[in-house]
Amino acid sequence: MKYAFYPGCVARGGAPELYDSALAVMDRLGIEHVELTKAACTGAGVLQEKNLKMGDILNVRTFAMAEQMGLPIMVLCSTCQGVMSQANHRVKKDPEYLAEVNKHLAAEGLEYKGTTSVKHLLWALIEDIGLEKLKETFTRELTGMNMAPFYGCYMVRPTDALEFKANPTRETSLEDLIESVGGNVTDFAGKTACCGFPILFINQANSMKMVANHTGTAKDLGADAMVTPCPLCHLNLDGYQPKARKQVRGDKADLPVIHVPQLIGLAMGMSEKTLGLQKHIVSTKEIVRKAEALPTRV
Amino acid sequence: MPDAKQATEQQTINVKLKVKRYDPADSGGKTWWQEYEVDVHPDSTVLDSLIEVREQNDGTLAMRCACRASICGSCGMKVNGSAKLVCKTRVIDVAPNGEQLIIEPMGNQHVVKDLVVSLDTFFSQIKRVEPFLQPDHVPAQGEYIASNSSMENLLTSMNCIMCGCCVSDCTVLEVDANFIGPAALAKAWRFTEDPRDGKRDERLKMLNDEDGGMWDCTRCMKCVDVCPKGVAPMDRIMELREAAIKAGNTNTPGYHHTESFYNSVKKNGRLDETRLAIDSAGWTNLPRLLDLAPIGIAAMRKGKLPPLMPHKSEDNQKVKDLYKSVEDES
Repeated sequence: MKYAFYPGCVARGGAPELYDSALAVMDRLGIEHVELTKAACTGAGVLQEKNLKMGDILNVRTFAMAEQMGLPIMVLCSTCQGVMSQANHRVKKDPEYLAEVNKHLAAEGLEYKGTTSVKHLLWALIEDIGLEKLKETFTRELTGMNMAPFYGCYMVRPTDALEFKANPTRETSLEDLIESVGGNVTDFAGKTACCGFPILFINQANSMKMVANHTGTAKDLGADAMVTPCPLCHLNLDGYQPKARKQVRGDKADLPVIHVPQLIGLAMGMSEKTLGLQKHIVSTKEIVRKAEALPTRV
Repeated sequence: MPDAKQATEQQTINVKLKVKRYDPADSGGKTWWQEYEVDVHPDSTVLDSLIEVREQNDGTLAMRCACRASICGSCGMKVNGSAKLVCKTRVIDVAPNGEQLIIEPMGNQHVVKDLVVSLDTFFSQIKRVEPFLQPDHVPAQGEYIASNSSMENLLTSMNCIMCGCCVSDCTVLEVDANFIGPAALAKAWRFTEDPRDGKRDERLKMLNDEDGGMWDCTRCMKCVDVCPKGVAPMDRIMELREAAIKAGNTNTPGYHHTESFYNSVKKNGRLDETRLAIDSAGWTNLPRLLDLAPIGIAAMRKGKLPPLMPHKSEDNQKVKDLYKSVEDES
């Protein structure tokens, strides 16, 4: 498999361990990639509040670049996935709008025909690699480890733009992945809710309540860690967990929030350092210890 | 031998329901789960099944319904954790293999009994936006005339039947009862976009300035997902924000956040996370800046502070040119 790789701003900024662990896992799986270094930010839905069309033009430009390469796009971020899927959905269903958007791209010699698909690493692992084949690369089963899924809004809504009907495995992709590594799913209602990141700088009190509720609930239900395909959720649920838990619940941050490739990497027997687990704010030592204590196979 | 049509008519499906009950009269209010099983026609809705339960199994089960045709907005409740109009929800679609359905009253609203919630919260939110036309002049002659297209533009919001599903599942209301909520904001948009209304600027300013106003929405899209009538409240909230900015409301962290994001991508092709945090806090807002410091230091110690000099996308002049071509156009 080969992809036009769009890591996103946060994997190249505030969550560098996501970028590193994704590359390590992709390398192990033999996934080829060409990074879209000229592509712009998706706008994350924020830029779109000021100018929706500007956001669509930036994203269609990225689709056109991948289309020229004849490759599907791979992303590492729920928000990138959602914002790109929505932009793709809008221009694909409205040829007049697409033509208007293409007018702006002509100066750069780009034209989007509407054939690029965008896939999060999580979806690619299930839909393109297949969980059975993925399992062949694992060197240990994470038996007895309890993992709470946390999707990020843009990976689950709106379902039409995310093409859930045509790809029914997307609805339970994170639970399926957790089960594939041998872990137990700690199910909880908050798994498809908002992490609070979008309002972190706007209404921090509300944002902290969301962080404390989700991480606290998952911990109370017995989770060893939370797994998320969204680095924005990670920044809030990990980075702000000490503050949120103290402020809202009066307790301590005790739930590591790991990225999808870090979960896979643990099952592949990769080291703490390769996966960047030492870069988390909430300590991951306990889950690394648990994983390393499990029997390995060659 | 019965013909095919008769056979279909005779068929029934078995529906398993697990219903959250609440009785306020029972020693200060008791909550419990109760399981039911009924046989209904294969085309039945979840509401049909609940009515069957009430009529055949348990007359004490309280619920609210009227039109049974998704017009009146009475039968909102949670099915498997998501708010739905149960008269519009076929059993076969939510339990294709006879799975048990979890039925609960709507969220974020006061439960009166079993599946019935009070509408007080909902209407107190709606009242905050003064949901009536306030023209600033009387036409010299005849009626207030609005163009066909301006009315068509309002159709999304005018489809609202006030069922409360969006309020039920709003992730902000879950943590903050003061948030005005998706239904009220969609209703407000219906008036700010109406050419006959004379209070557009005041409405935008109020919703921009007040605590719990338009900027408190997290953009989680739950309301878009659960709205049974295509109102898509969050999309209306985004249009309210765009309109508020255009009308000159530039005093909120929400505005600074959006503006900083927009300009960061314009300048670098990418997001400058450090700059976004400082811009949103406000460069002169010392308490908020100091509040950011411990988080920044913790991130730095772990080797994950976003770069102080932002990453740029390669050849980012092309992105600047694109911005120019779009901005020149408008």
